[in-house]
Amino acid sequence: MAKLILNRLSKSFETGGRPAVNDVSLTVREGGFLALLGPSGCGKTTVLRMIAGFEQPTDGSILLGERVLADASEMVAPEHRNMAMVFQSYALWPHMSVAENVGYPLKVRGISGEKRQRKVRESLAAVRLESYADRRPADLSGGQRQRVALARCLVTEPDVVLLDEPLANLDRHLRQEMEETFREFHARSGATMIYVTHDQAEAMALATDVAVMSEGRLLQVATPEEIYARPEGRLVGGLVGQGVILSLPSPHDDNRLLDWAAFQAMLARSGNGPTADVLVRPQDVEVAPEGLPANVLSVLFEGERYALRLALPDGQALRAFSRQPVKVGDQLSVVINSAWRL
Amino acid sequence: MIRASHRGNSQPRWLFPFVITVIFFLSVLPLGRLAVTGIASAMGGGARQMLGDPGLWQAVYNTLSTSFFGMIAAVVLGGGFALLLTLFDIRGKTALGFLFMLPTMIPPQVTALSWIGMTGPSSTLLKAIGMAPPLGSPQPLYSIGGIALLYGVQNAPLVYLSLRAGLLALPRDGVEAARLAGASSWQVLKDVILPLSLPGFTAGAAIAFVSCVGNFGIPAILGIPASIYTLPTLIYSKFANFGPGTFGDVSLLSALIGILSIVGLAVEERVLRGRDYRVIGLSGRVAVFRLGNWRWLAEAGLWLTIFVILFMPLTALIASSLAPAYGVPLNTSTATLHAYREILFRQAVTRTAFTNSIGLSLATAFGLLVVTVLTGYFLVRGKSRLTRVISALAEIPYALPGIVLAVAFILLFAAPIPVIGVSIYGTIWIILIAYFSSFFAVSLKPVVSAFRQVDPSLEEAARLAGAGFGRRLRDILVPLVAPAAGASVILVFLIACNELTISALLWSAGTQTLGVAIYNLDDSGSFNLASALSVLVVIMVVAMMLALELMAKRLPKGVVPWRS
Repeated sequence: MAKLILNRLSKSFETGGRPAVNDVSLTVREGGFLALLGPSGCGKTTVLRMIAGFEQPTDGSILLGERVLADASEMVAPEHRNMAMVFQSYALWPHMSVAENVGYPLKVRGISGEKRQRKVRESLAAVRLESYADRRPADLSGGQRQRVALARCLVTEPDVVLLDEPLANLDRHLRQEMEETFREFHARSGATMIYVTHDQAEAMALATDVAVMSEGRLLQVATPEEIYARPEGRLVGGLVGQGVILSLPSPHDDNRLLDWAAFQAMLARSGNGPTADVLVRPQDVEVAPEGLPANVLSVLFEGERYALRLALPDGQALRAFSRQPVKVGDQLSVVINSAWRL
Repeated sequence: MIRASHRGNSQPRWLFPFVITVIFFLSVLPLGRLAVTGIASAMGGGARQMLGDPGLWQAVYNTLSTSFFGMIAAVVLGGGFALLLTLFDIRGKTALGFLFMLPTMIPPQVTALSWIGMTGPSSTLLKAIGMAPPLGSPQPLYSIGGIALLYGVQNAPLVYLSLRAGLLALPRDGVEAARLAGASSWQVLKDVILPLSLPGFTAGAAIAFVSCVGNFGIPAILGIPASIYTLPTLIYSKFANFGPGTFGDVSLLSALIGILSIVGLAVEERVLRGRDYRVIGLSGRVAVFRLGNWRWLAEAGLWLTIFVILFMPLTALIASSLAPAYGVPLNTSTATLHAYREILFRQAVTRTAFTNSIGLSLATAFGLLVVTVLTGYFLVRGKSRLTRVISALAEIPYALPGIVLAVAFILLFAAPIPVIGVSIYGTIWIILIAYFSSFFAVSLKPVVSAFRQVDPSLEEAARLAGAGFGRRLRDILVPLVAPAAGASVILVFLIACNELTISALLWSAGTQTLGVAIYNLDDSGSFNLASALSVLVVIMVVAMMLALELMAKRLPKGVVPWRS
């Protein structure tokens, strides 16, 4: 096993328009768990399909360690890449039993008899489906089908496991259970995993690294903590967490993490200079005296707290949480404990 | 271990050249050859001579008039059945639909024979019940009207299917909205359903017309004895009196048939293209109208029609096959299975015909399947811009009348094949190649619809599992399309086994098919033997249609042609 390197990868389709993937460079460390995060149509699935070998890059290259998997002129066919994939639709073969589905990669590799049976049993045990070996995929529930697909990935000890929005078709309760299964799977197999999702919470919970994409471009790659705490640019800031982005007069200093004093200093500047985008998350907005005046636009009761939408005097919106009930139209005073200049 | 393949394509490199080669030999080459000969003959002045021949214009007139009246009959019959069975609460719809579809699958020459057995002075059936007209009175079916009537019976199912597909696609909520707007059943029918189903009517009529223009079996049996020639039978008779100008003449005649067919098909295409509104709203189950007191009358009418167009002719056919000799009255003491013994055990000709037809049909059905599975895969998965052109080229030989295709293959193979110097003209191989070309579209259609239903990720998962193309085909793709492939084999076998038009021109001693054998037996006056052979053919047709009917639930929609 080795690092997976995407080197200035681009892909344009014959239909024209902007490239689906544009100059993406990325290194996934061995045994890493990378989440490719972005809104639908951002090119993340195209990146995944290029790594799998279903699409050929129009520019740039993909390397696994020293070995070039694909560039614009040549590519290794998917059947020779030793990768595995969990598809959004699970892609179980309906005419084969669960055991046959899981054992098929071994059958293709010419492994037969006792050895194959043992490996299939082990894989099914890892996803707790031993007793379902003789069933047909049609007789299983969505979560069980997902686990069969995972067992099929496990069985050949692949270098890279690709997951294409594997939880999109599951209900909320099953998602949590499957997230746990994926983490277990990653720890057990040690394979490099690449996980495509549009759900930032899913990406944060699972991955060791998150890569955010938009309109074919890679915006930022970092650990979930880093992405959350120090997002780069409006798009990442807007995508991760529930924050709002304020446009404020910008001071010329390098300090990006702003406390209340720094925030007040920015507000106090005259209005006609250059502006900066400042990310403010609702948990950092405190209803306290001697803060900014804010008008309550809407109130949503979430059980443990109230989620508020506020308007600042200059009309910009802000989100905040409150333990006390408030009414639409109330005037509050808020203190911003922490903000991040994008 | 590292094998580089070009592009992210799942197809092996040889697939595209393979498909192109197949399409070239089965479609482009024969039709191109026909066009070249036709044009050369037209330039060479052969056309002027032929266009001055009053026989040609008589044949054109006969073709157009029989086809037009045949189309009218088909629209009345097929339209009536489609409207009643689809929109109203008739009982026994499945049985009625199946029986109504039978005539189109029964070979035309068998239809013609059975109707002859039902009418006219020498009808065994009429004699047995004492209703035969006096000897010497004319056989009423040997006429333009007779030919048109049988065209109508034979092609009514085409109108039925086209109209029914349109009716089933009607949005039910549109009907319900009209009801809520206060329209009565009759007003809904008149103002909503009939206008929306007009394209189905027109398209069905156009297909029926094209099918009539190309029909050979019916005018051959009903027209030739009365010297009523249509364009296909004129081609046949030109070959019977072979002369130096024959090739030029028949290629011009084929071009005429081809033009008439293309006009018809263009009408169909145009009408169906305008049918955009059918995607709006929920379609599926059509609102069923209650007939109330009229129901029993409608049902009686439908069953009476089935009785007249199906049961009576087939009873007459069986009666003719049981008669000891032509014209001898049939009763319980004279009935004999002599004719069956004769064709099954004594006559070398019919036994050869059985062997040839079954062998040819099996070879065509299974041989084509190999080709169409690969072509279907290419058409469905291919990203090439050529796929649309290729599917159109694959459709053309089946859409054209068989007689045109037969002429094309005669022109192509009349001389020995260049390079290898072997001549296949007059051998069974020329029939086989013509069958491959003609039934390619029949075999391809079910396979393509099955491939369309296969989620591409099923194959991608197999690729990542390490399976190469051959392996994926064997383990994943073929098992998934197997039911449709089975239907494709049965359909091609059924149609090839009953085929007459192509083999009528391409057969020679020793290579006659069942269709040719029936025609020749009738032509030589052995009406009872021809009838017995026809009865066996009808039994085979019904058995295979029932087999497909039983498979229908496991097949993609549209694979079994008479179910919609």
